[in-house]
Amino acid sequence: MNAYFTAEELAFQEEVRHFLQTEFPADLKAKVDASIRLSKEDMVRWQKILFEKGWAAPSWPAEHGGTGWTLTQRHIFATEMGLIGAPEPIPFGMKMVAPVIMTYGSEEQKQRFLPDILESNVWWCQGYSEPNAGSDLASLKTSAVREGDHYVVNGSKTWNTLGQYADWIFCLVRTDNTVKKQEGISFLLIDMKTPGISVKPIVLIDGFPEVNEVFFDDVKVPAENLIGEENKGWTYAKVLLTHERTNISGVPRGKRKLKALRKLAANTQDGFGKPMSENASFKKRIAEAEIELKALEYSELRTLASLSVGKAPGPESSILKIVGTELAQKIDELFLELAGYNALPYVPDQFEDDFDGEPVGPGTTAASALTYFNNRKLSIFGGSNEIQRNIICKAVLGL
Amino acid sequence: MDFSYTEVQQMLQDQVQKFVQKSYDFDTRNSIVASEEGYSKEFWQLFAELGWLAVPFTEDDGGLGGSAVDLIVMMEEFGKANLVEPYTSTAVLCGTLIAELANGEQKEALVNSIIAGEVQLALAYIEPQSRFNPFNVETTAVVEGDAITLTGKKIGVLNGEAADKFIVIARESGESLDRDGLSAFLVEADAAGVSRRSFPTVDGKRASLVEFDQVKVDTSTRLGGTGQAADALQAATDKATVGVCAETVGALESLLQKTVEYTKTRKQFGTPIATFQALQHRMADMFIECQLAKSIVMMAAMSLDSQDEGIEKTRAVSAAKSRVGKAIKAVGQEAIQIHGGIGMTEELDVGHLFKRVTALDIQFGDGEFHTERYASL
Repeated sequence: MNAYFTAEELAFQEEVRHFLQTEFPADLKAKVDASIRLSKEDMVRWQKILFEKGWAAPSWPAEHGGTGWTLTQRHIFATEMGLIGAPEPIPFGMKMVAPVIMTYGSEEQKQRFLPDILESNVWWCQGYSEPNAGSDLASLKTSAVREGDHYVVNGSKTWNTLGQYADWIFCLVRTDNTVKKQEGISFLLIDMKTPGISVKPIVLIDGFPEVNEVFFDDVKVPAENLIGEENKGWTYAKVLLTHERTNISGVPRGKRKLKALRKLAANTQDGFGKPMSENASFKKRIAEAEIELKALEYSELRTLASLSVGKAPGPESSILKIVGTELAQKIDELFLELAGYNALPYVPDQFEDDFDGEPVGPGTTAASALTYFNNRKLSIFGGSNEIQRNIICKAVLGL
Repeated sequence: MDFSYTEVQQMLQDQVQKFVQKSYDFDTRNSIVASEEGYSKEFWQLFAELGWLAVPFTEDDGGLGGSAVDLIVMMEEFGKANLVEPYTSTAVLCGTLIAELANGEQKEALVNSIIAGEVQLALAYIEPQSRFNPFNVETTAVVEGDAITLTGKKIGVLNGEAADKFIVIARESGESLDRDGLSAFLVEADAAGVSRRSFPTVDGKRASLVEFDQVKVDTSTRLGGTGQAADALQAATDKATVGVCAETVGALESLLQKTVEYTKTRKQFGTPIATFQALQHRMADMFIECQLAKSIVMMAAMSLDSQDEGIEKTRAVSAAKSRVGKAIKAVGQEAIQIHGGIGMTEELDVGHLFKRVTALDIQFGDGEFHTERYASL
């Protein structure tokens, strides 16, 4: 047993590191380090740099312009990206709809949609959850009725992340009411500019409209935008959910955050003349987080090793999702704790791109409560941690 | 032994309950938070008329008795409604400091105007390096004849925006961690050399960073003896801490109640999610947290009202803040999680209560700080 990379993998790691150090723009790195929200332009710019290098789509096969990397190479790349703080592409196009189009789409759909995803020319968003279909996704009600060469879509979707910037939306829609709920669902691609679509922002508790409700009022969608067969959408969606749950452990991000936390602790007074980095109780809690992160990292590596020898993905992704998100939340709590009174100001503009005033509080401390609030979402979205535990109960424990 | 409320306390509770039910719903609160002042002057006057602003003061000082138990009865109801009016800053924190330190003449002027709702006050004591230690003070007070010059920076000054006057803790002698040498000064908010930067807080209140740059005050603005403010500062922050603990308990009870209600109406998989035992047990745990928090806050309030030694009172306060801090994490996070996405939005009061209890955890030192203080006493 060993957890070493091969010589080729180490050389690849070196190549990735060198590339990121030289090509990840310094102004974007500065923003990430200062907790400033990246704009769509920032993210597209970075994606285009990756595209030029041929690294835009690590998880895609080479035939569609992906890297064709092994799982270990993908892991190394994701790790190095996370350590430096380079943003992952917005997942909805690259990681969610693209695999579905590749697997179940027609040749024409592949040619029409994949290149623009690869080049970040077109942004996608996800139309899954509905007000009454959250964890119980299959009970969704948004309907698509076939009329000649198109569908007429009516209903609403919610928790639609960053839909205000999106050009296209992939939706689960109900095309048959008369069968078991999972069997009457279809997978439809819809242009966000189609008449009858309206987007209403939902402001989250950190004050930012990160998600939206999307309403469909007699929206005409060409039938050619259907993926695969009618009423098979649930099967396709499950494939997509597996993709949503890979790389969700956030180990590299956790490492970067803990490094920043240690630095901040060394620069934070404990009120009694010493830095917080010498506070025994706080040191113990950082250590606990680091230990948990190691356990998570090696769980992820075990999964990776198992997938690399061709085993089917199992419920491991549920473990990674649960532990990864709960640990990320724990790390946010430690930042909040360090900030003390500096966490109280609510000056969200300070973390926007165009802020030119005098910041309140040292460094990113005034962002710590907002980050803590916002990241409560981690254990809710992408299949809530309750649903993940259900999966473990069913799939592993046989309950 | 008797844990029931007195008739007067019962009346006070009923009165506050009626007020918040009738006049302080979620929409009203939101419009107050969004208003220019950040609190309702009209309600503040009402609080004065109802005698609520007199609760923290003894009868000798013109108040209603000054008991900590009276205070928690009221604060718990404030917490349930997520009230934003600066009661803690003006009436409890500054009120107690004045009651402890001020001479007859100063009291006459100040206590009456607090009780009448005519003045807003803010305590400027925390500094960038102090974290949660109120005695870590580097702001200086230099005496020359009858004039005193104040210089220093204060952070986290709650109610700093609305304050007509600040009570400023400054050092007249000693090193930056010494209790001895600290004095309290009453400074007009518009005095020359005072500059404040105000902002909303994450829980919908207002606070300020306040800088005192060579601010000249008269020796008559000193409250209490020269360099002798530490014990009163301890007493005031301890009392206010118990008050915010009770406010927290109220907010946590509200979070629990709203979570239970939501699970009864929210259906997934064809049934209300309240029928899932996995969620039921977690709500039972939330209930246990609320009960333990409530018990220890009562313990601390009774200790403050007792003849206990000062150090015993401080230990009781730290015990309460520490345990309440644990309950904040447990109940607050579960309330959001069980609500799911909807709990993450500004549209629902649950998220606002969550933000309030998170901010209250920080105020006067978080649970971790108080666990350590408890251990050190």
